[in-house]
Amino acid sequence: MTARVGVVVFPGTNCEHDAAYAVRLLGGDADLVWHRSTDLTGFDAVILPGGFAHGDYLRTGAIARFSPVMDAVGRFAHAGGPVVGICNGFQILCEAGLLPGALQKNAGLKFLCQTVALRVETTSTVLTRGATVGQVLQIPINHFEGSYVCDARTLSALRDDDRVVVRYVDNPNGSIDSIAGICNDARNVVGLMPHPERAVEDVLGSSDGAVLLGSLLVAAASSAPVSVVSSPVRP
Amino acid sequence: MHVGSLRPVVSNPGSLVPLHRQLGLTDDELEAVVVLLGREPSHLELAMFAVMWSEHCSYKSSSIHLKRFPTEAPWVLVGPGEGAGVVDVGDGLAVAVRIESHNHPSAIEPYQGAATGVGGIIRDIFSMGARPIALLDPLRFGPLDDPRNRFLLEGVVSGISGYGNAVGVPTVGGEAVFDPCYSGNPIVNVMCVGVIATDDLVLARADGIGNLAVLLGSGTGRDGIGGASVLASAGFDDQTDEKRPSVQVGDPFEEKRLIEACLDLVSAGLVVGVQDLGAAGISCAASETAAKAGNGMDVDIARVHRREPGMNAVEVMTSESQERMLAIVRPRDLAAVLARCARHEVVASVIGRVTNTGRFRVYDGLFDAETSPGQPIAVPLADVPAGSLGDGPSYQRPLREPAGHRAHLEQDPRPTLEERFPVPTELTLELLGLLASPTIADKSWIWSQYDHQLFLNTVVGPGGDATVLRLKDHGVGPVKALAISTDGSGRFCRLDPRTGGRLSVMEAARNVACAGARPLALVNCMNFGNPEHPEVMWQFSESVDGMSEACRALGLPVIGGNVSFYNESHGADIDPTPVVGVLGLIETFDGRPPGTAVEPGQRVFLLGTTAGELGGSEWAAVMHGLTGGRPPHADLEAAAALHTLVSALVAERVVDAVHDCSDGGLAVALAEMSIAGGVGMSVELGASADLACLVPATALFSESASRVLVAIGDTGVTDDTGDGADGDGSHTRAGNDNGARREGAVEELRRRAGAAGVPIAEVARAGGDRFTVRTGATAHDHVGSVVVDVSVAEITAVHRESIPHLMAASVVR
Repeated sequence: MTARVGVVVFPGTNCEHDAAYAVRLLGGDADLVWHRSTDLTGFDAVILPGGFAHGDYLRTGAIARFSPVMDAVGRFAHAGGPVVGICNGFQILCEAGLLPGALQKNAGLKFLCQTVALRVETTSTVLTRGATVGQVLQIPINHFEGSYVCDARTLSALRDDDRVVVRYVDNPNGSIDSIAGICNDARNVVGLMPHPERAVEDVLGSSDGAVLLGSLLVAAASSAPVSVVSSPVRP
Repeated sequence: MHVGSLRPVVSNPGSLVPLHRQLGLTDDELEAVVVLLGREPSHLELAMFAVMWSEHCSYKSSSIHLKRFPTEAPWVLVGPGEGAGVVDVGDGLAVAVRIESHNHPSAIEPYQGAATGVGGIIRDIFSMGARPIALLDPLRFGPLDDPRNRFLLEGVVSGISGYGNAVGVPTVGGEAVFDPCYSGNPIVNVMCVGVIATDDLVLARADGIGNLAVLLGSGTGRDGIGGASVLASAGFDDQTDEKRPSVQVGDPFEEKRLIEACLDLVSAGLVVGVQDLGAAGISCAASETAAKAGNGMDVDIARVHRREPGMNAVEVMTSESQERMLAIVRPRDLAAVLARCARHEVVASVIGRVTNTGRFRVYDGLFDAETSPGQPIAVPLADVPAGSLGDGPSYQRPLREPAGHRAHLEQDPRPTLEERFPVPTELTLELLGLLASPTIADKSWIWSQYDHQLFLNTVVGPGGDATVLRLKDHGVGPVKALAISTDGSGRFCRLDPRTGGRLSVMEAARNVACAGARPLALVNCMNFGNPEHPEVMWQFSESVDGMSEACRALGLPVIGGNVSFYNESHGADIDPTPVVGVLGLIETFDGRPPGTAVEPGQRVFLLGTTAGELGGSEWAAVMHGLTGGRPPHADLEAAAALHTLVSALVAERVVDAVHDCSDGGLAVALAEMSIAGGVGMSVELGASADLACLVPATALFSESASRVLVAIGDTGVTDDTGDGADGDGSHTRAGNDNGARREGAVEELRRRAGAAGVPIAEVARAGGDRFTVRTGATAHDHVGSVVVDVSVAEITAVHRESIPHLMAASVVR
């Protein structure tokens, strides 16, 4: 079965076409979902792509979390559907409480667009099931506010529960414990600052992102149709 | 008319200076307005004429010269004069290009100045219906040891990054050059490239009597009033800070919504014409669209949605508030247009109507008066021939060759330098100094702050000779790619603006050829000093001639441009700095073209001729303060032959690496190939007759034009048929055919160069971890001398760390 991925578009989102392109290149179907939509029925996975939702003039993601679609994303996630937030999408998932912690300005106080080395820390998530632990992937970052922070208890929980999904090999932005991406307790919601959709073809410099998005498509295709009945899931 | 009821825009109420002069109009220009109207203008009319007839909007000093540019070619769909130039790239696809300056606002307020420059150029592209896919930013600053220049660089780069990244258009290239002449007046140019289906092309024309003018986007506020006339059409002095309110403030989020809304309206066929609001705001957009269609227009300022209350007519009509568009819409489509705008969360107001009067009339309350019986008929606040605002004066300003110019040309730095660096002086420190010079040093401090990857088209990003963008999801037929380069040499232009103009065009075209592309079109941004100085106009005229000659010889039509005069501070004009952007086409994209990086064992060949040309070179001017002499010879026939040859060699993958040879000369170009590949290089100056007969320093640092380095893998040394150990993805070719092909490749390279009449010499071999240069044998020195010997690690560190190191120091406003 071909996985059908909903790519959520807020006003100011700008990576939606790239995310959809990457999904299609890897054999999935992708549809754009406007932020006013309240229904994600029929999708096997949801991507919150990068960009500047609602301009991000306030704290990143602070307004986007109130967009109508976010209730639907919450229900989809609570029902076990695979949800991946990339860059601004990760920031929005944190603001929405679907993932713990927050993203602050980079340590160097500069926007950074460069390819970095990421180490896969766990394969038991919807985004990394096709990878191997310790695998190093070359994936671009593209953010000003990508320095992950959380309190000490959350950090312990993330480590103890194997919920740090990817770490920077050479921390570019001051993230705590070099964290580049995390997942929720149920491991179906993943947020990461790097852009796997920018690394799906060798001609652009790397195809390592295919490992991640390919995993998502496999997870999506094999997940049971998402029920609207929600079960409480701890963020 | 209630002239007295309107506050002056730029006023000093107690001033004895007449209003028209306060607004920037000369006495003669006022007289022309009076003759044209047959009466004294109203205050609003005067304000509109002042801004529309400003140098920035009217090109009154430059237009007679700009006519000399060649502008035609069979593939040009839209030439100069529209929002953007457009070329046909085949298969129903067209590419829109435009370049513009934002020098003056950036000098005052670097973040917002640069940011709004980005916003403005993007609007020019999507006003044609094209999707903006790339930005490039040619920049010029004063030396970075001055904290003010660091503040300007930091602010400008942040502004480009802050706006471009958020609006969602990748910044894929540009250049940065540092020279003392830009200290008080940086150059901030920005070029935008868009893609459109040829059938969807929209022009800025208000066709159809009765059609409606719909203002889209931001509310109109008091920002940027007089931006074109007060700010961009005068130089800087001690009162510069007072001009800060004339700088606009950008909102990339509004622009992003505006892009999506406009492209949606265009693709749905709901608009007749579109024009962006830039300099002179509504006055310009509304009158120009009407004039281009041969129609008139009535504008009702009461319907203009505003950012603040209490604005008067002059403010509304001349505000340069950003992120606004004017769409011409058929009445029957209005409901659909408003609905689509609402979906994109873009505010839209009907502010005008196309008429058959041929007049541009401005009212306050026209539409209310029409729909409310009993209301008095509205009286126009302005009523002028629609074409008169855009049809400003044109001046043949006096030209004069600068005093001492010829003497300066005779001050060739070569004898002095050859005396200082006789054979066989150690030159390693000279090379390191050049690699650390900010103009030559690695610019990733700048471009890593730009999103240069969005849209997944960027095959070769910033830092290479030319940017290469594939057009992956546009049109039919094979995937195409664009190669784009911006270049300009103020130093060569100051020495000899005609030759400098030629050299700027040649370099950009050469860079595009290095990507294997066929040059298609050129846009230019003419950054010059005060046009009231006859020396500046002479420089301008000479540059136009030099550029035109090069464009003709290289088959490059000029499809758009921009002129920025008054780049002066405290009376000193900048060096004449025409910046060109050349667009090239790769008809069938079949993978990443060879880049700058060499691999161990590759043989490096120099195509082109090296002469002892140090005038205006980075080595003479920046390292040794010798600013005189002649720029390099600009042989256009040699350039054309070289470009055709290189483009074919790259497109057919005859060569494995390629690099343009320009700033810093042969030594720097070779070192850059070495740095990019992370591999050493042994350079032999004796292997080439023209290099061997020069003093080594001159051979290494001469900036002779029309030279390109190419590299070819060699059998027996490199073996990329390989064992699979090479897993870093840096190889772009399958290597299973390398053996005989490589031997054949060198022969083919020599044969092709010979057939093209391009001199070729093998100058280096890649390998090891040191970069060395050995001179040829002489009568006194039978084996030659090693004049450069340095580790790749050291040249890499110097090249990479120079700008970050300089920028780590403090900044000063």
